[in-house]
Amino acid sequence: MADVSAAQPLIRPDTSASAEPRSYWSTVAERLMHDRVTLAVGGVLLCVILLAIFAPWAATHDPLQGSVLRRLKPVGTPGFFLGTDETGRDIWSRLVFGGRLSLICGITPVLLATLIGGTLGLIAGIGGRLINMTIMRVTDVFFAFPSVLLAIAICGVIGAGIGNTILSLMIVFTPPIVRVTESLTAQVKNRDFVEAARASGAPVHAIIRHQIVPNVLGGMLVYSTSLVSISIILSAGLSFLGLGVTPPNPEWGLMLNALRQAIFVNPIVAALPGVAIVITSLCFNLLSDGLRSAMDIKLPS
Amino acid sequence: MNAPASLPADDRGGPQQPLLIVRDLKKHFPAKGRFLSFGRDTVQAVDGVSFDVGKGETVGIVGESGCGKSTTARLLLHLIEPDAGEMIFDGAGVGAPDGISVRELRLQMQMVFQDSYSSLNPRATIGDIIAFGPRTAKKVSAKRAQERAEALLEQVGLRPSLFARRYPHELSGGQRQRINIARALALEPRLLILDEAVSALDKSVEAQILNLLSDLRQNLGLTYLFISHDLNVVRHVSDRVVVMYLGRIVETGGVEAIFRRSSHPYTQALLRAMPSMDPDRRTKASPLIGDPPNPINPPSGCRFRTRCAFAEEVCARVSPGLADIADRHQVACHMMDTSSGHSRAGTTSVGHD
Repeated sequence: MADVSAAQPLIRPDTSASAEPRSYWSTVAERLMHDRVTLAVGGVLLCVILLAIFAPWAATHDPLQGSVLRRLKPVGTPGFFLGTDETGRDIWSRLVFGGRLSLICGITPVLLATLIGGTLGLIAGIGGRLINMTIMRVTDVFFAFPSVLLAIAICGVIGAGIGNTILSLMIVFTPPIVRVTESLTAQVKNRDFVEAARASGAPVHAIIRHQIVPNVLGGMLVYSTSLVSISIILSAGLSFLGLGVTPPNPEWGLMLNALRQAIFVNPIVAALPGVAIVITSLCFNLLSDGLRSAMDIKLPS
Repeated sequence: MNAPASLPADDRGGPQQPLLIVRDLKKHFPAKGRFLSFGRDTVQAVDGVSFDVGKGETVGIVGESGCGKSTTARLLLHLIEPDAGEMIFDGAGVGAPDGISVRELRLQMQMVFQDSYSSLNPRATIGDIIAFGPRTAKKVSAKRAQERAEALLEQVGLRPSLFARRYPHELSGGQRQRINIARALALEPRLLILDEAVSALDKSVEAQILNLLSDLRQNLGLTYLFISHDLNVVRHVSDRVVVMYLGRIVETGGVEAIFRRSSHPYTQALLRAMPSMDPDRRTKASPLIGDPPNPINPPSGCRFRTRCAFAEEVCARVSPGLADIADRHQVACHMMDTSSGHSRAGTTSVGHD
């Protein structure tokens, strides 16, 4: 091979890359730091989670202790600044304690579904035609039911209670996660770098671990985060229907149901659990959006 | 090009033994698309391809898009399983009982892909990308693999301290293609398949990469299979050229034989379509009209006949085989075979002395 340009030294150390190298995740963190909406949303979520964790200290009253004397006090009543419910229990204390159950019912099913659905989706995406067909057609069966009806049906069969709520929501969320993971895996699997890894003669498990999983994880995480808000709403809905958390435990959906009768007496107090649900689920949605844009790094910004 | 000074220690057959012999390589993909079709529709992507690659040689494979160049590359590495065909790497049959396994073959034969971005794992550092092969396929310790990666970075002209901990998206196209080359070299292969490896680069960067490849070839005694649609580059780098059309080889020979004394009408059309630096030598009429035929139902007989100016009845009936017309110059055309019955058989001057 003749030199294309003899004047130029052939191998000249390329020094055109500048500054300190940064890892992918620190770049993502850096981009999140500049995203004010996501930061604010994250702050709100942090407050909600901290309040739920430290509920015994944040609450001003016993969430279960009511009094007929102080039923349905309006917002701003001295000592009960968010009012009281139909049996005279402090709304603030019940909201704070209710956050515990609502968050558990929101996050746990999604977490479990991500583990199970992610694994199944990965297997379906990597495996052969038969494995893929089996897994994907079974998930299609679940897609035939609207998710709310499916959750209600499962809870109706296995009975009410927090454990059953989590189980039923997990079953509801697994199929969509399988589908998302499968399509992500199928996309990544056909990229040239996976071919290159195969061409190097690396064993399959190393290719899955080092080449496929890191590239699927981001998309899965974003999708799962967006499911948390749906999970909070669905679990509240189940409680509202009497299929989730059982009274007298405080839970936002359950509180909404109980206060429903008081909507003409004290509409603001009756709406408060709903506001808590909306704020929390909205925050999880916005967080998922923020994560998505922060993780979408094609070129340095 | 000069043959490399010495053969590597793991050489078996000596300098005369071709590094790679490919015989009758075939891949027919089942055609997708039609719902519930139980027919036997197949895309004949590669249909009986045979060629040799000598040690230290650079063999160019040219042809239009869709002619099976890239499929051939992937078949050679067994990234796609061939339907039929035989491969012999330095005298050892691939998959044969007394030969070498696909895994062993891959340690000696590596590939550089066209798309420098999609061929690098976006979530891994450059150092990890290069070290991946040695670590997983050769079970080299992480530390030694990393040292090897840094040595390779140096070898492809990138300073390890600057690049080893970076991510692909931080690099330019030329830098990424250097990483791809380093990654391919990490397993110390003897044969490097360059699948359009410089096609997506700027001309100036392309020249740098070609020079790098030339240097590496001399220093490491590499053999190249250079797949490209850019005839100028192929002419520049290759010792021998294989011309493919619709999954078959239509002509093969030394680079000068192909570029000066091409005998197949398709090769001639390709050469006429080559952009020239001389403004007086413009390509006036389009040398070939239309797209290649659908590979699902390729034309009977000679596959080029539908676009060939000299096609006759015999071309539709009989598929021409590759036949010698000169030393190491083979053509698959009835016009080159006096006994074929083609009216121009034997009359076409090929200009061989």
